[in-house]
Amino acid sequence: MANATDTLANLSPETGTGVIGVHGVTKRFPGVIAVNNVSLNFYPGEVHVLLGENGAGKSTLVGILAGLQEPDEGHLSLNGREARLASPSASLEAGISTVFQHSMLVPTLTVLENLTLGAPWYERPPRAEIAARMDELQRDFALSLPLDAITGELSLGQQQQIEIARALLRNSKVVILDEATSMLTPQGAEELGARMQKLVKSGLAVIFITHKLAEAYRFGNRISVLKQGALAGELGPEELKAMSEEQAVDQIVRLMFGRAAGATSSAHRKSSAGEQTVLKVQALSTQGDADVMGLADISLALRAGEILGVAGIDGNGQKQLAEALAGQRSLIAGRVELDGEDITGASVAQRRRKGLRYLTDDRLAEGSVAAFPISENAVLKDIGQSPFWVNGIERPQRIAQHARDLIANFSVRTPGETTPIGRLSGGNIQKLLLGRELFGEARVVVFNKPTYGLDLQNIEASRKRIAEIAERGLGVLLISTDLDELLALSDRIAVMEGGRVRGTVENDGSGEALRLRIGRMMAGEDENKRAAA
Amino acid sequence: MGGLLTEAFLSSLFTGAIVAAVPMLLAGLGEQMSEKAGVLNIGIEGMMLMGAYMGFLIAFKTDSLWLGFAGGILGGVLTAIVMAILCVRLGLNQIVIGIGLTLGAEGLTALLHHFQFSRTYPRLPAPERLNVPGLTDLPIIGPSLFGRHLIVYLAIAAVVVLALLYRRTNLGMTLRAAGERPAALDVAGGNVLGIRVFAVLFTGAMAGLGGAYLANIGAGLFIPFMTGGAGFIGIVLAMLARGRPLWVLIGSLIFGAALSLTTALQVAGSNIPTDVIQMLPFAAVMLVLVLFGRRAKLPAALGVAYERGAR
Repeated sequence: MANATDTLANLSPETGTGVIGVHGVTKRFPGVIAVNNVSLNFYPGEVHVLLGENGAGKSTLVGILAGLQEPDEGHLSLNGREARLASPSASLEAGISTVFQHSMLVPTLTVLENLTLGAPWYERPPRAEIAARMDELQRDFALSLPLDAITGELSLGQQQQIEIARALLRNSKVVILDEATSMLTPQGAEELGARMQKLVKSGLAVIFITHKLAEAYRFGNRISVLKQGALAGELGPEELKAMSEEQAVDQIVRLMFGRAAGATSSAHRKSSAGEQTVLKVQALSTQGDADVMGLADISLALRAGEILGVAGIDGNGQKQLAEALAGQRSLIAGRVELDGEDITGASVAQRRRKGLRYLTDDRLAEGSVAAFPISENAVLKDIGQSPFWVNGIERPQRIAQHARDLIANFSVRTPGETTPIGRLSGGNIQKLLLGRELFGEARVVVFNKPTYGLDLQNIEASRKRIAEIAERGLGVLLISTDLDELLALSDRIAVMEGGRVRGTVENDGSGEALRLRIGRMMAGEDENKRAAA
Repeated sequence: MGGLLTEAFLSSLFTGAIVAAVPMLLAGLGEQMSEKAGVLNIGIEGMMLMGAYMGFLIAFKTDSLWLGFAGGILGGVLTAIVMAILCVRLGLNQIVIGIGLTLGAEGLTALLHHFQFSRTYPRLPAPERLNVPGLTDLPIIGPSLFGRHLIVYLAIAAVVVLALLYRRTNLGMTLRAAGERPAALDVAGGNVLGIRVFAVLFTGAMAGLGGAYLANIGAGLFIPFMTGGAGFIGIVLAMLARGRPLWVLIGSLIFGAALSLTTALQVAGSNIPTDVIQMLPFAAVMLVLVLFGRRAKLPAALGVAYERGAR
């Protein structure tokens, strides 16, 4: 026992012995080296940020620490001693709790049941004991949870609190948070940041995985940057304290991309809008129900070469609008015209052939078939069409060539066109889907949250492509929840709230004033009505 | 029609309902646990048949009904072990393996029976029945409710025991987690494959016992293919019961009544054509499915093999 206490006291950056460490760890997947010779130590009392783009190897590292995968080379250490984490329960026993990017709670169980998940089957859930511990957690970490609520009915933020509470109830020594802010509101993210500081003050080690630079600086005590599976650099606590936020972000961007941060800020795009109206939407309405908001009386006009932004808080009818335009959702009223032609009754395939293209935000479930190779996904919306099918016979050579062209033209990073698309990172899937939508005679492209979930470099590349598409004379409807993105790209911005367009503003580059105006409409203020009154 | 409701008719209806319900009840309870854990056990019909064969054989050779029931459980569990290895450990398709097991058990039991008994169907002596003085002598319901073999009451007790296990211990939670989101159970330190293997073996035991009851108590003899879909009705019951053992009991009694109505009507000598009468239980299944099938809520990971870290 005395020995163990000694070991614990020795866990500090000075001794170089962490509560857990990875040493020369390499992990390969078919066609990809996910983690390449990475060595890291995690110390108690520190929020250690692992920062990197999509596909930099963060999630694989989390999988290794959580016992889901074992490294091909290298080893792990616990309290300075070499150790194996061969299963999730081995990881838990070692005092490591992981809050995964995708919730690892059972939605149909109650909060209490999820907190005790994994306990022996013959025991009774110790309700009183857990309730008492939850009171402590509420006092110390501001975690308050309704124990008897059904987990699936709680908000994502609350669900994440359950997972953090579960880690604390297990007396974990290390808490891993994988992309924990991606599903939280900005306020929720701030709360999480404060909570992480409370956790490390109580002596835990927190590993926080993110791809957001500002969060890394604000919440982290130590930042390790991963790039293409390898460790690109590390900023220790003293270094970080000595830097201002700009200096730190600049330093991190240099580590991540090998260039300065100044290049990432995007100035307002020069307009390429023409005169001709390519897409006209008149008084469009759809049916809503308990789960899906309906649209009411939406009118929009989009000119060739124009980018019309659609702003709004997520879930205010943007997806329904995109689907209605693509023909995937039936209308109860209204009219849609493409190039002056009425396409209100046209099918999804007819609209696509006429040049109305839709890039979904749900890349994996709706945009692609994960198990199919890239080549088949590239022609998924052209099945039976020439030149890929001739008289109903598939021409595999042409399809493969087409896929190779898309991969080259849109710089998709993949081992080859036969790789299943589900193995690619989000950014690379997005590039391929964009290539697919632009194929042939496109007139109008509807983007739904095109940069959502992508890393910085891919966000920038995507935005550049969207601007290029407009410059080529296509009409672009850009649905986004990122106001900066809309201000950087759009000619005009329509604001949606509650399934209606609350107003459309010219993006005149007036900065804060415009932001405020849009913000008010997002909150439900109707500019159309105010103007009329 | 008034002449139908005689004491003989009602007594035979109630007795028949319970005799027919018990195998379906046992199968349904077993299937329910398996489905909770995410394993769709279509092999249950085969497990029942193996239980019926082994249960009968052992009871016949040893002259002991209780050893016969143990043999039935053994037969069901042996079949379930195959399912557990192939579907849970190796992650093969549950539907294909389930159909294979059912067909295999049908062939195997028919073959073995033919070897041993050729074309004869020896009978077991009539089982001793419970006799509660006073209650058993009640008219109509007396013999049907209080004059049955002890195993019937054990089956009903199993409903209560399982309901308590599901509600009061972590068992229900662990099973549901394995069926809803196995990855969550895995990363929480639970044993997904372990609980699923347990659930499949439990199904085998219950189905085997149900089969043994069918052969030893229900019929008193073994005939190839004698389960006649009782295991499949168990699957329907488990799906409709939404995880509640009591609903399996109620459902099995309804189906049992429909089945026994066919015999009871024939006994009562009604002038409804036999073909129509024999259709009743299956019409009841369809009716119940139409009425309640939409409300059956199945676990999200039902039928999906679990593999750690798969994406």
